[in-house]
Amino acid sequence: MRTGDLRARKLGFGDWERCAQRLAAGEATLVSLWGDAGGMRMALREPDGAISLVEASCEAGAFPSVAAWHPPASRLERAACDLFGFTALGAADDRRWLDHGCWSLRHPMGAASVREGPPDPYPFLEAEGPGLHQIPVGPVHAGIIEPGHFRFNAGGETVVRLEERLGYVHKGVEALMCGASLERAAVLAGRVSGDSTVAYAIAFARAVEAALGVEAPARAHALRGLMAELERIANHFGDVGAICNDAAFALMHAHCGVLRERTLRAAGSAFGHRLMMDAVVPGGVAVDLSPDGAQAIRSLVHNVRTTFPKLIKLYDNTASLQDRTVGTGVLKAELARWFGAGGVVGRASGRDVDARRDHPYPPYDAIAFRVPTRREGDVNARIWVRIDEVAESLDLIEAILARPPDGPISVALQAPSGGCEGLALVEAFRGDVFVHVRLAEGAVARCHLRDPSWFQWPLLEAAIEGNIVADFPLCNKSFNCSYSGCDL
Amino acid sequence: MRDTLLQGLRTPLTEPAPADDDPELAALAAAVSEATEHTLGRSLAIRHVDAGSCNGCELEIHALGNAFYDLERFGLRFVASPRHADALLVTGPVALNMREALRRTYDATPAPKWVIASGVCAAHGGVFAGSYAIAGGVASVIPVDLVIPGCPPSPAALLKGLLAVMRGAKPHRERR
Repeated sequence: MRTGDLRARKLGFGDWERCAQRLAAGEATLVSLWGDAGGMRMALREPDGAISLVEASCEAGAFPSVAAWHPPASRLERAACDLFGFTALGAADDRRWLDHGCWSLRHPMGAASVREGPPDPYPFLEAEGPGLHQIPVGPVHAGIIEPGHFRFNAGGETVVRLEERLGYVHKGVEALMCGASLERAAVLAGRVSGDSTVAYAIAFARAVEAALGVEAPARAHALRGLMAELERIANHFGDVGAICNDAAFALMHAHCGVLRERTLRAAGSAFGHRLMMDAVVPGGVAVDLSPDGAQAIRSLVHNVRTTFPKLIKLYDNTASLQDRTVGTGVLKAELARWFGAGGVVGRASGRDVDARRDHPYPPYDAIAFRVPTRREGDVNARIWVRIDEVAESLDLIEAILARPPDGPISVALQAPSGGCEGLALVEAFRGDVFVHVRLAEGAVARCHLRDPSWFQWPLLEAAIEGNIVADFPLCNKSFNCSYSGCDL
Repeated sequence: MRDTLLQGLRTPLTEPAPADDDPELAALAAAVSEATEHTLGRSLAIRHVDAGSCNGCELEIHALGNAFYDLERFGLRFVASPRHADALLVTGPVALNMREALRRTYDATPAPKWVIASGVCAAHGGVFAGSYAIAGGVASVIPVDLVIPGCPPSPAALLKGLLAVMRGAKPHRERR
């Protein structure tokens, strides 16, 4: 998805609220909500697939809350209020989200002021009833994972309410972007969420290219596709193994770990970095694919096609494992639709969405592929969507390698005289990454990056309800939401 | 009878403990310490703390456990609690929102303990240096014994760093 002559429609508060009501009525899907100089911005996906961009001026420091009508907007709105100091009028939840009271500034991206006094209290939502108890977990967790706080209210073993509190790894990425050169901003975009570095780099590059009205060369598109699919399968191998490991089936974890490592090694030999960081740049790609690199990827595909089917069979035939995954952590289809959840989480609950197909961009506009979906919405469905997506990605990789276009791998970018804007929607392994960029005098004036997990984290709270506490790691891993991607 | 039984025991007969600087004791301790370190000092329990990483370092730390690197064969293993740990492996530029949690994790780790900073962010803030939201490197919050550079460090580099700590580092007692 890209728009050359992008301009946000400026709306009065009445029309802004009508947009929120349309979201609530399901007439449009929320893509993102963020702050900019002087106002709030919102991107919506219209029923015809087009992305519309609207803006509400916050001259008096306030705007009508979108979350008041459409709760899925709540955390994005709270984050924007923390960073810019706007007030969301009518919001049901006005607790701070990113601002834990640890920065020396309040509203660092708006009218910043020095923080004084103790941090605001953060009262967790309550659950009342006989025998209920609370289990606080995090931010430092027991495994090698990112930090976040989970507050469980449980009755015996059963989770009655889970509330997440995130923001612990907030690094101020969007503020660092302001005024950054395109080169530096691309490096930052590639470190929003390390496991999706390729997808973020592509999304940022495409947003910049859209703003400048340039098109990357065909060979760059092909190589970007190659990297994106390698990233997808590497993460899916990791996730399938880790979910099974959380059900105490370590064998699957060991084998998937080998596949993941082989993928990273192929990526490393093809593109010079195991995670392919900084390989995608605005205007194209920074590294060309050598014949040796292509051969490494071909060997990988061959190896996966030989070994992965046996592992799938092992998963499918192990009753003790299925006992843990089937029927566990069910995410209802209507909730997934309401939140506009993308990625594995949305597709395992019946949402037939994929930015590669719905907002086609090269190389996917020229290659046919299937978007696997399931309806059950449980841990098992989320595993199967990943398994099926690996098969599609292998086909995509082979299709790209079969006919790689020749020619240059990047184009030089012309710094624009005035300001310009662009946006992009790119399918990462978790779902659609949205990037909006505003350029001025050849540098980034404002860049907003929205991780797919914004619309998946809250659904984890719903999916775990009624499950036992011991199944939380399993459910959590099957969602595998990003902390860093949302905390920014 | 009671008097008979206690007779002669009321006055302390016990010899005083050897002084700390007793030369004979010091010589014996030195001899045994080398043998003990050789026999027992071949494991390291590691607690990982993400203090604001982009998650890139975590992916490569995870890879240490796969069949290619298999870190447990060296006596290295990750533990679930800082109270079980000899070393903290810290990633990220230390987000201010994580500073207190990192300090508490360090305090909860029994001495002697080592701190390893993984990646350029943990070294000095990396690409996030200068942000209002970060402390800027692990050493600005807790004492660091070793920095493993990289973005992220490769599993091979991580392994070398962890082995170096296990084999070479001397404990830092009571440094806060």
